[in-house]
Amino acid sequence: MAELKFPSPHEAETIPGTEGWERMYPYHYLYSTDDPERKKYEEGMFWFYDGLHYPEPMYPFDIIWDEAWFLSLSQYNNRIFIVPPAMGIDHRIHNGYIYITPLPVTNVEDIPKRAEIFMKRAGYYYQNWNKLHDNWEEKMTSLIKELADLKIPVLPEMEEEVVVTEGRGVSTGYTLLNAYDKLIDLGILCWQYHFEFLNLGYAAYVFFVDFCTKAFPDIPLQRITQMVGGIDVIIYRPDEELKKLAKLSIELGVDGIAMNGSAAEVFKGMEGSENGRKWLAAFNESREPWFYVSTGTGWYHHDRCWNDDLDMPVSAMRIYIEKLRAGENIDRPTAKVIAERERLAEGYRALLQTDEDRATFDQMLGTSRTVFPYVENHLFYVEHWFHSIFWNKVREVGAILTEHKFIKDVEDVWFMSRAEIKEALWDVVTSWATGSNARGPLVWPKEIEWRKATMQKFREWTPPDAMGKVPETITEPFTIVLWGITSESMSNWAKLKAVTAGDLSRIVGFPGSPGTAEGIVRVCRTVKEINELKEGEILVAPTTSPSWAPAFQKIRAAITDVGGVMCHAAIVCREYGLPAVVGTGSATSRLKTGQKIRVDGAKGEIEIIS
Amino acid sequence: MDISRYVIPFEECDLSMIDRVGGKCASLGELLKAQIPVPPGFAISTGAYERFLEDNGLTRKVIQRLDGIDESMIEETEKASVEIRGWIEGGLISEDLEDYIADSYRLLSRRTRCPALPVAVRSSATAEDLPDASFAGQQDTYLWVRGVDDVLDRTKKCWSSLFTPRAISYRITKGFDHSQVLISVAVQKMVRSFAAGVMFTLNPATGDRATVVIDSNWGYGESVVSGEVTPDQFHVNKITMEVTKKTISDKKIYYTTDPETDEVKKLDVDSERRSSQSLLESEIIGLADTAKRIEKHYGKPMDIEWATEKSLPFRGEIYIVQSRPETVWSQKKKAPIVQPMASAVALITAGLMKGKKVTD
Repeated sequence: MAELKFPSPHEAETIPGTEGWERMYPYHYLYSTDDPERKKYEEGMFWFYDGLHYPEPMYPFDIIWDEAWFLSLSQYNNRIFIVPPAMGIDHRIHNGYIYITPLPVTNVEDIPKRAEIFMKRAGYYYQNWNKLHDNWEEKMTSLIKELADLKIPVLPEMEEEVVVTEGRGVSTGYTLLNAYDKLIDLGILCWQYHFEFLNLGYAAYVFFVDFCTKAFPDIPLQRITQMVGGIDVIIYRPDEELKKLAKLSIELGVDGIAMNGSAAEVFKGMEGSENGRKWLAAFNESREPWFYVSTGTGWYHHDRCWNDDLDMPVSAMRIYIEKLRAGENIDRPTAKVIAERERLAEGYRALLQTDEDRATFDQMLGTSRTVFPYVENHLFYVEHWFHSIFWNKVREVGAILTEHKFIKDVEDVWFMSRAEIKEALWDVVTSWATGSNARGPLVWPKEIEWRKATMQKFREWTPPDAMGKVPETITEPFTIVLWGITSESMSNWAKLKAVTAGDLSRIVGFPGSPGTAEGIVRVCRTVKEINELKEGEILVAPTTSPSWAPAFQKIRAAITDVGGVMCHAAIVCREYGLPAVVGTGSATSRLKTGQKIRVDGAKGEIEIIS
Repeated sequence: MDISRYVIPFEECDLSMIDRVGGKCASLGELLKAQIPVPPGFAISTGAYERFLEDNGLTRKVIQRLDGIDESMIEETEKASVEIRGWIEGGLISEDLEDYIADSYRLLSRRTRCPALPVAVRSSATAEDLPDASFAGQQDTYLWVRGVDDVLDRTKKCWSSLFTPRAISYRITKGFDHSQVLISVAVQKMVRSFAAGVMFTLNPATGDRATVVIDSNWGYGESVVSGEVTPDQFHVNKITMEVTKKTISDKKIYYTTDPETDEVKKLDVDSERRSSQSLLESEIIGLADTAKRIEKHYGKPMDIEWATEKSLPFRGEIYIVQSRPETVWSQKKKAPIVQPMASAVALITAGLMKGKKVTD
């Protein structure tokens, strides 16, 4: 392998005109040279750009989830389960882009001691997985309920009389501060739960992958994932709801109404008849919680969910109504998926050479199948359901700041960090209580203008793949599964660079789903654009989520900017037998609608034909 | 005299008969038993070879000539080789033996409805093709042989190939007794192959047993077997039966038959065919399926020579010309990948402690 060299973190450039950008982010996220020991540590580590989660620079508010997982993943590795050779994952930011590095346990003597504790603790989770998982679901749903019920109060001109008659003893100023604290706290708590099972799920999966790769050096990662992948994973559920509603509209004879106009017009039309109202009731039932599915990854505030814009599920459902009217089958090929999963597992098992290997295979396949549904399902609870409600609660806070002229628009709130918002709310409530003028309107609009311009410059800058020194081994299961940081992927980075530098007719990404296809590109930047897809086109999207599911009924292949072998597009394409190339970084900007391309899903390559 | 002593149709050969028909013919018979398409033909048995030596007074003469030669005596080996091969090629095949061979050839000709059927005449050694004594390709192969006289002539050449300097010194090095190694000859209908090559029922580069690797070039498989050309390579996953990898090479030369002279010729590949794929998708899958069936029949990884004949313009007929056990990966000791452990977490912990190498 060609030696890979990356810039030192301390030599990373500052973009002219963005000087002072550091104030938008937590101070401990900055590379620094003022302390020799910290400087040496930063230079010696391998910091890779987390493009998988962050295709664009961080908004000062949105970094909350990065901080949340920084804490949560690391604590589960290093303080709760005690992963033998791996501590946590450290984070930095440069020009708005997040860089992360897994920390190995440096004192080798600690590893066996850690292993002993890990066996006991992780063993407890593996053994009691289903029971603990049920418990998790309960915790998570009650947490989401708490979030949904959380009121962000609007400051009144004068408190109501009940404050006095009930002897409440607090003002709305206090409840607002308190609600904001609660809101942030729920967010952090949700992310505490997020990792309760995830590392363990990945660790089992990593072992199984490693075993299969040793037994079958040529086995594609996609096939291993297929062997352990769940069938009733909730990633498909929002889409299943749409199919159900499409079928119901035809059964009830109200599909004509469903096909016309905006969502609001459809609902109005449905109100007019008994059957229409029946359909409407079913629609509303599907909304909770399935339409909280985000149109993006859920990591950014601008990833809106179906419930935010009901035109999205309604127009997506129309694809199914059209298919049903044309007499087509829209059901998931579940039986086929199960049969294929078993065929693969049996096929590979039969080719193993020893009884010992077959025993290990059975044991690890079983464990992986137990733990893997969590890996696929947690996304809906956290990134979709919880986040979608959370972003809207923050928008309510933004509305208060807008009303008090701290910011010009609700959507400006994302340019403030969560700590700054808290401070600004203090400014709001104290000036409200006092009857004086807040200072915020003099400070924030100007600052936010500057931040917007700075972030625009960040966007136009290309972050290096990595900084610092390449390590010899990686033991942190996440780093392996999610970012696929291995010798192969790193040489892929080098290849990617060589390709972008020279041959413009080729784009390289991660192999998401095997197969090859040739066809016409359709770039869809948002899920709203999937209605423009024509039968047999190749979807090119920033990322896909369950809300994009209807698109997969029409396309021949999928390409995304963001995602690994576990991303939505890869999972769905494997199920439908479509090729997918994911995590290309730049396909939506490099490919244009109407171009003819060839996609090789097994290699992760795209060739532009014309 | 029982004809089957000297000439045995492939259909009647099997692995229990290696000492009589050699590894190649025995293996072709086995393939036919497993319903694998093999071009028809027959074996001229080791008995025929022994009879020939006997008739020409060569049995003892040959052994005596080689007596005292050891592996360091390169020149002496070469001299002996030339002499012995001269005796064999100049020997006379007795009338009855000639009749047996000629009758079988004519029968084959009638069976395939082709007068003066072109055949391949190949040696089928009794020691060859054994997993630990593979010296494949050390004996001669004659393609496109027509008519009884030529068949007889090439048969003698095959017999004599048992005494090439390489074969002689190989036996000395391995400690095989010259008199114990016999040779049989395979006479097999020529496949006018459109594309041909070799395939393995595992990936020879990685040892992956879920992969069939197919090497292919235009024309006869000789260009691939001899390594004269970088062939196209196709990987097929045995379980999903998908083509997982395709490498289309720049194939500079190929072997084909000159229609004028009936001679096999090495030719340059036309510029437009050099970098085009030498097998259709359906042929790749068909070959992989055949490879799987052969492996299943033998119960071990195999190394297979194949050819496709274009009987119809859009579909190639697949033929297997020979197969033998794979020798490299099969010789490795079977050891478990990891030691089985009582619990999943014990396995996971052990795996975590090893980590994953980033740079190889």
